[in-house]
Amino acid sequence: MTNFTVNGKPHSFDGDPDMPLLWYLRDIAGMTGTKFGCGQALCGACTVHLDGAATRSCVMRIGDIDGQEVTTIEGLSPDGSHPVQVAWRELNVAQCGYCQVGQIMQAAALLNEVPNPSDEDIDAAMTGNICRCGTYPRIRNAIKQAAGGAK
Amino acid sequence: MASDYTPTNVSRRAVVLGLAAGSFVLSVPLSRLARADEEKNGKKKYGGEAMSGGLKDDPRIFLSIADDGTVTLLCNRAEMGQGVRTSWAMVVADELEADLARLTVNQAPGNETKFGNQNTDGSRSMRHHFVPLRRIGASARKMLEEAAAAEWGVAPEEVRAREHEVVHQPSGRRLGYGALAKAAGARDVPAHDALSFKTPDQFRYIGKSDVRLVDNMGITTGTAKFGIDAQIDGMLFAVVARPPVYGGKVKSFDATEAKKVPGVIKIVEIKSPDIPSGFLPLGGIAVVAENTYAAIKGRSLLKIQWNDGPNASYDSKTYRQTLETAASKPGKVVRSEGDLDSGFAAADKRVEATYYIPHLAQAPMEPPTATARVTKDGCEVWCSVQNPEAIRKDLSKRFGLPIEKVIVNCLLLGGGFGRKSKPDFASEAAILSHAMEGRPVKLTFTREDDIHHSYFNTVSVEHLEGGLDAEGKPTAWLHRTVAPTISALFGPDPKHESPTELGMGAVDVPFAIPNLLIENPEATAHTRVGWFRSVFNIPHAFAIQSFVGELAAAVGRDQKEFLLEIIGPDRKINAKDLSDTWIYGENPEKYPYDTGRLKGVINKVASEAGWGRKLAEGHGLGIAAHRSFVSYTAVVIEAAVSPEGDLTIPRVDIAIDCGAVVNPERVRSQLEGAVIQGVSLATISEISFKNGRAEQSNFDGYEVTRIDASPKEIHTHLVSPTGYDLPLGGVGEPGVPPVAPALTNAIFAATGKRIRSLPIRDQLANTV
Repeated sequence: MTNFTVNGKPHSFDGDPDMPLLWYLRDIAGMTGTKFGCGQALCGACTVHLDGAATRSCVMRIGDIDGQEVTTIEGLSPDGSHPVQVAWRELNVAQCGYCQVGQIMQAAALLNEVPNPSDEDIDAAMTGNICRCGTYPRIRNAIKQAAGGAK
Repeated sequence: MASDYTPTNVSRRAVVLGLAAGSFVLSVPLSRLARADEEKNGKKKYGGEAMSGGLKDDPRIFLSIADDGTVTLLCNRAEMGQGVRTSWAMVVADELEADLARLTVNQAPGNETKFGNQNTDGSRSMRHHFVPLRRIGASARKMLEEAAAAEWGVAPEEVRAREHEVVHQPSGRRLGYGALAKAAGARDVPAHDALSFKTPDQFRYIGKSDVRLVDNMGITTGTAKFGIDAQIDGMLFAVVARPPVYGGKVKSFDATEAKKVPGVIKIVEIKSPDIPSGFLPLGGIAVVAENTYAAIKGRSLLKIQWNDGPNASYDSKTYRQTLETAASKPGKVVRSEGDLDSGFAAADKRVEATYYIPHLAQAPMEPPTATARVTKDGCEVWCSVQNPEAIRKDLSKRFGLPIEKVIVNCLLLGGGFGRKSKPDFASEAAILSHAMEGRPVKLTFTREDDIHHSYFNTVSVEHLEGGLDAEGKPTAWLHRTVAPTISALFGPDPKHESPTELGMGAVDVPFAIPNLLIENPEATAHTRVGWFRSVFNIPHAFAIQSFVGELAAAVGRDQKEFLLEIIGPDRKINAKDLSDTWIYGENPEKYPYDTGRLKGVINKVASEAGWGRKLAEGHGLGIAAHRSFVSYTAVVIEAAVSPEGDLTIPRVDIAIDCGAVVNPERVRSQLEGAVIQGVSLATISEISFKNGRAEQSNFDGYEVTRIDASPKEIHTHLVSPTGYDLPLGGVGEPGVPPVAPALTNAIFAATGKRIRSLPIRDQLANTV
C-alpha cells in the first residue's frame, strides 16, 4: 500500500507499484488535467509537483512516492489565480493548449526556485517541455510577466 | 463569459431561440436552394460550397439565446490551436451586436447534414465560413429587432440592436436579448437579400487584437477537455500492437504472459486490411485492460510473429537513391512554357542542384486517442478529430448502422497538423468496444505508436536546373519533383503527384522566365503518406526558394532583389496559365495568383527585418517567399553559425497577406507557431525507414524544436489586415513553407555553405 496526498487530499493505492503516477491520476483517480505526451520523460506534458519539485509523472513509479505530496494543475491554485496561470491567460499563450498544463507546472516550479529568471534560466528550466504548436516566445514572456507580478 | 468545453449542445438554462429548446423550425437553408439552382445551371461550385455538406448559415442551428441573455454558439469546426472557437465567437458576436462576454461557445457534434462541412484542414475554416458566420449573426440580430418592433408596435426601421439589447430610437425604450429571444425565435429566418451587415469601421471584435481565448480558463486550470480526457462510465482502456511494416499482418501470436498482467481483461485480434488501406486501421493485437498502464504492460509481453508483406525492405537510404535516379531523368511533363533547350542555349551560365526532404511525423502533443461505445442500437464516440464525418461514415458502414445512429462528440484537439484528419484511431476504439460487447473503450496511441504509425509527410527529391544570360537574367528553369503521393493510400499504386500536390508550389511558380519545364518522374509509396501542416508545399518551397538563392549567388546578386526580379512585373495570373487545376478548391477568377501581393510580402518583410543591415561575424540574412492556401507569405531569418558550427537563430520576421484579418492575435500566433514548426523540420526532424520500419520511436529519436533552440525573436507582420475587398486566404499552414529555405539561405549568407538536404542537424560542424 502506497499512501500519498494529491492536492492535499489523502490517496492510497495497493495495485502494481510499477504503475506510473500519471496513469494513476488519469485512469484511476479520474484527474485528467495532467497530460500524457510521451511516457518516457521526454516532453514534459505530464509534469506535476512532488514535494514541490517539478516531476515527470509518466516515469514516476507510484511505489516510490509513499508519504509524499503530489500537486497537479487542479491543485496549483483553487481558482486559476496562480501568477503563472494569470500571465498565461493575459498573453494568450496557448494554441491547442494540451502541453500548457505541463508548461505551467514547470514554470511555477521555476519561479519558486528562481523568482526573477533570466532568458537563460527560462530556456534551461523549460527545455524539457515540448510544445508542437510553437508557443515558446509567449511562454518566455509569460514567465517574465508572472515573475514581475509575483514580486 | 465563455466557459467549459461541453461536447454537445445541452444547456440547463431555458433556451428560447434555437435548436436546444426544441423550437427549431425545419426549413431549407437558402444557401442550399441557391446551390440546387447552380447545379441545375451546371455551374461549378468552389470553396466551402463545393465541400461535402456545404456551408450552413441558419441561425437556428448555430445559435441559442437563454432568457438571461446568454448567447450560446455552436462551433462546427475542430479547435486544434488555431483559435477557431474564439474567432467564430468574434464574428458572430459582432454581427449579432452581442456582448462577447455573454457568449458561450459549445462544440457541435459531427453531422455535416446539419452543420455543413466540418473537415477542419486545408486552412479553410475562416476562409470559407467568414461570410456564413456573418449571416448567422446578422440574421439573428434582424430577428431580435423585428421581435422588438412587433412588441412595441413600431416600424422596424425605428429600432436598432446595440450591445445585447434592442433600442427604440425615438422613445428610448429598450429590451434585452434575453427578453426578446422567445419572440425572435418564432420569426422566420430572413432571406439573404434582406440582411444588413456592419461596415468594417463598425466592427467591435473583428480585426481587434485584444480578445482573450474562450478556452483560456479551461486550458490553464486543466479542466479543458481534450479527446484523451473523455471519461465514460464503465470504460476500459486499450492499446494495440500494430504491424510494424505498412501492409504487414499477424502471422501468429502468444498472449499467455500478457494475460497474466493484473488488470488485463481481454486480447483482441484486429484484422489487418489489404493495402492500400486508406483510412482503415492497420490491425494487429489489442490489449484491453482496466487502465492504460496495464494495457501497455500487457502489450509489452505479447509475442507476435509478423508477416511483413511487400514493404519489408523499405529503406530510406536506398529509397533516396531511387528518387535521385528518377530525378536525373525526364519524367511526366506537368507544365511547359517556351522551349527549355533554347533557353539553356541562350544561357551564359548554367546552375543545377538537387534537394532532399525526408518523411516527417505530425506528432501532435496529444497522441491519437478515442473513446467509443458500440451497441446494437448505435455508436457513440468521444475524440479529438479534424474530420468527424469520416468517422461517422466509417462506423456506419462498419457496423451497418444508419449514419444518424453514429454520434461523434468533438472534444478539443491537442494538436492535429493533419494527423487527426484520419479516423483510424476512432475506428479502432469502436472495434474494441464492439468486441467488448458494448463496454466503452478508450484507445490510446502511445507516442511510439504515433511515430511508427503516422500518415507521414512525403519524402522528396527535387532537382532544379537554371540558365542565366550574360546580364544575370534567367533564361531557363527545369524542375523535377519526385515524391510518393498521398493518392497511394486510396488507389492501386499511383506513381505521380496528384493535381492537389503539384498545385502546392510545384507547378504554380509565378516566375517570369520564358522557358520553363516542370516534370514529375515516378515514385512508389512504401508507407502511409498523408497530410502534414502545409503538405507538399514543404519540399516544393524548400527547393524552389533555395534554388532562387543559388541562382542569385551564381551571378553575385542580392537574394531579395533577384527574387523580386524573377517574379517579374505585377500581374494576376489565372491558375490555368500555371497548369494548376486545383488552387485549393477555390474559384480561379476570384483567386488569381497576384504577383503584386507576393512582392508585397517580400518588400514588407525585408523592410521590417532591416534587409541589408550590418551583421556580426558569422551571421547572415536569408529570405524566401511562397504562396499557399491562397495566401502569400515571406520570411527573413537571421542565422548565426559559431566557429564550431553551432546554429542559432537570433531573429525571424514573417509577413502574411491573407486578405482581411479577422482575429489578428490568432493570426500572429499561427505565424509564430509556423516559424517554430518550420525551424523544427529544417533543423532536426526526420523519420527514416529501415527494414520497412520507422527508425524513430519517441522524442529522443524524432527530435522537435524545444524552447532553447527556438528563435530568440519572432516578428509577425500583417500586410493587408483591413483588406475586406480581397478574397480571404488561409492562415494555419502558409507560414510553414518559406521557413526552411529562408533559414538555409541565411546559413549560406553566413557561411557560404549551401544546405540541400534536410534536416540540417550536424551538417554545419567544422565547415566554418
